[in-house]
Amino acid sequence: MATVENLPSARAERPIGFGRLKRKEDARFIRGKGTYLDDISLPGMMHGAMLRSPFAHARIVSIDTSRALAHPNVAAVVTAKDLETLGLAWMPTISYDTQAVLAGDKVRFQGQEVAFVIATDEYSARDALPLIDVEYEPLPAVVNARKALDADAPLIRDDKDGQTSNLASPTWEAGDEEATDSAFAEADTVVSRDIIYPRCHPAPLETCGMIADFNPETGQLDIYNGNQAPHAHRTVYAHVAGLAEHKIRIMCNDIGGGFGNKVPVYPGYVCAIAGSIVAGVPVKWVEDRTENLVSTGFARDYVMQAEMCSKDGKITGLRVDVIADHGAFDSTAQPTKFPAGFFHICCGSYDLQASHVKVKAVYTNKAPGGVAYRCSFRITEAVYLVERMVDALALEMGADPIDLRMRSFIGPEQFPYETTTGWTYDSGNYAETMKVAMGIAGYEDLRREQVEKRARGELMGIGVSFFTEGVGAGPRKHMDILGLSMNDGADLRVHPSGKAVVSLSAQTQGQGHETTFAQIVAEELGIPPEDVQVRHGDTDKSPYGLGTYGSRSTPVSGAAVAVVSRKVRDKARQIAATMLETRPEDLAWEKGRWYVKGDPEKEALIEDIAVRAYSGETLPEGMEGGLDAQVIYDPPNLTYPYGAYIAVVDVDPETAEVKVRRFIAVDDCGVRINPMIVDGQIHGGLAEGIGIALMEVITFDEEGNCLNSSFMDYLIPTALECPDFELGETVTPCPHHPLGAKGVGESPNVGSPPAIVNAVIDALHESHGVSHIDMPCTPARVWAAMQGRPEPPQ
Amino acid sequence: MQVTITINGESVSRDVEPRQLLVHFIRETPGLTGTHWGCDTSNCGACVVLMDGKPVKACTTLAAMCEGHEIRTVESLEVDGRLDPVQEGFHEKHALHCGFCTPGMLMTSRALLDENPNPTEDEIRTAISGGICRCTGYKNIVAAIRWAAEQEAATRQGA
Repeated sequence: MATVENLPSARAERPIGFGRLKRKEDARFIRGKGTYLDDISLPGMMHGAMLRSPFAHARIVSIDTSRALAHPNVAAVVTAKDLETLGLAWMPTISYDTQAVLAGDKVRFQGQEVAFVIATDEYSARDALPLIDVEYEPLPAVVNARKALDADAPLIRDDKDGQTSNLASPTWEAGDEEATDSAFAEADTVVSRDIIYPRCHPAPLETCGMIADFNPETGQLDIYNGNQAPHAHRTVYAHVAGLAEHKIRIMCNDIGGGFGNKVPVYPGYVCAIAGSIVAGVPVKWVEDRTENLVSTGFARDYVMQAEMCSKDGKITGLRVDVIADHGAFDSTAQPTKFPAGFFHICCGSYDLQASHVKVKAVYTNKAPGGVAYRCSFRITEAVYLVERMVDALALEMGADPIDLRMRSFIGPEQFPYETTTGWTYDSGNYAETMKVAMGIAGYEDLRREQVEKRARGELMGIGVSFFTEGVGAGPRKHMDILGLSMNDGADLRVHPSGKAVVSLSAQTQGQGHETTFAQIVAEELGIPPEDVQVRHGDTDKSPYGLGTYGSRSTPVSGAAVAVVSRKVRDKARQIAATMLETRPEDLAWEKGRWYVKGDPEKEALIEDIAVRAYSGETLPEGMEGGLDAQVIYDPPNLTYPYGAYIAVVDVDPETAEVKVRRFIAVDDCGVRINPMIVDGQIHGGLAEGIGIALMEVITFDEEGNCLNSSFMDYLIPTALECPDFELGETVTPCPHHPLGAKGVGESPNVGSPPAIVNAVIDALHESHGVSHIDMPCTPARVWAAMQGRPEPPQ
Repeated sequence: MQVTITINGESVSRDVEPRQLLVHFIRETPGLTGTHWGCDTSNCGACVVLMDGKPVKACTTLAAMCEGHEIRTVESLEVDGRLDPVQEGFHEKHALHCGFCTPGMLMTSRALLDENPNPTEDEIRTAISGGICRCTGYKNIVAAIRWAAEQEAATRQGA
């Protein structure tokens, strides 16, 4: 199925390496032959369904399961009391908090897990849910992050010893407060904004689910589950359930999208495992769409107060104070040595004099999460904030937003560049990338068109954003999750026939790993990509590592695969030297072969070396047979991809509907292994960014009822809302990554919302005096802003 | 109740509850798991199959409503080892990532080209707007459908 076109190769008959290789994995997907979780059925398998709380905050007075248990097809009903006997009533979150698996004392958000039914089929399991009688005593709820800090706010986490308020964290700080005060004192222009990045949801098209299959005779627990970090999940289950880690096997087959939503461990998973242990049969649990939207990992929900200043036409300082809404349980995903996630990368792409950032987290009666939605640990919020503030500053100064950015960029000669919050950016040439975007957009022409349209009363906006991201978490000296280093393994085995299997700890959810990682081996060893099998997703058959999220697959796992390939290549060199009766240092490498320097006809092809490695013939002194290697890769730094995005929008003056007419995205993600897949990643992230900017939002009423609990009201862009994206590229290799790659998956989601919002404001500022609007820019909210009464999203 | 539906040319008969959804009937009875379920509310289109040649959402169609009708699923597109041009187009143009929406998108595309062999970009975007793809941003899906349309036009000319 894999076909190759236009691939550079030293030897024409051996088309290998980087390029627009069509995907290997397509073969099964276009035939409807993928294996997603719900496609799997095991003999004797039963089905689980979850009873959820109708209240956002209520004391549980009693739970009576007798009517449900009387249902002829129901095998068991599990409640918190049952879990307590197994020690499973509460589980740790990835932020060192605790989360109720099933609510026992009270419910703390609408949709919280209360009881788990196991029945012979899914329809019966769901039929039994209303037969469980739960008596609730409703309590006042709080869903607004600021109000959660009021003295009279209801205390949500009364289960925690010593918890007397809804603060979920101390105040985290980064940067230099004093230096920032000085920068502001010396500034000639200062702007301030209250900016909300509203709660939204990754909403992968396949919802979350699990099949747990516990064998009481052997103590073996087999888990089928689509998650983004199978090895880390296995470790968590070993701790939570007190099971032996070596007897837990997680098998992730095909995953219908993740975007961060499939990083956490959810109560439904623990219930499926407990259910299988209790019922003695495999138990499948698959949530429906409403369950996915109301209970699983949301994203964002940052309430930000910011000030930015400039001096002599250049951005000099930034001050930020954030309240992070973490919901009822703090299960936000973040490397724990940086408790505010990567938010404090918020100094952006600019050579600031100083910055100071504060973040504190609160509990509210909303679903837990705070996972990424195609975002590295709060970088999206940071980029949105800084790019909105730069535009606010440009507006105040009467400057062109691109000119202000150009004047303030970190210069190419300043890399490696240490930011005012302590991050070391690896490489970049920002102005160059901005110019490419301006060229594709025809920026000057667009501004002229805008002037003409304004004269006719038409509302056209041009919005710019320039982002720098830190991805590829991460160096073990700086970061970990639950004490696990954020490293990734790769295991490469070249077989006697010269064909290879590479096993990864990264976990694709559609990113094309089976193709890209085969290309890396191909590039490094000269084995054609169709002869390299990429194995992942089975904890028994892949090395340990932390999985795929935060654009870390290529920066970490990709590097691991390059390094392991080079280890094999080094071993091949030793063997080739024996074969060619020369010294290893006299050999030179060319894709697919070692040859004698100065005598290129004298060669050993990789497949011949493989035969030799497994044969009975002599190997170098002391060398073991075989052509295998294994590595665990610890990245020396994050990688810092960046990009320049320009959005062109039209706002209908009658309906306030925003139409994204054009979107120009110029990404610099370093070296591109498969440019076709990179482009595809950018297209997809841009669509998500358009969704977030214009329509995707999770809101609640005062009582904590979720108002966006299905795709009828959690709106996702279709083909009609997305323009024909226009892409460009610059390539600034990452200096510390073995392939020079930086990672790209989340860049378009990170960079596009501020460009669109900036464009909406640009369309409405002159005619309607709009200088701020919060997302999503729905017609109703844009209309309100046009009438001079902008509304916060919550 | 007994329901008989022709699925991909095969008559499938089964005793089902009146409430059983077509998507479950297809996935369980003949075991054709290529038809996916994604939202419950007819918004995402992962479950699109063709009923008598027209796209329908199998998550909001009762199996009982299909008595006597012909259903086509993604598994019917490849015939005797030959891919349908829309399948080839999706591969050629990288119009899928995770693959979950792909069967619904493919069936919608097939129905579009059967009715309109030479659709414009706007017509393609409108035709697939009943479905959600979370991965591709649609650009390459539009290109894939155009690619298939051109292939089929070339085949017709050659015939």
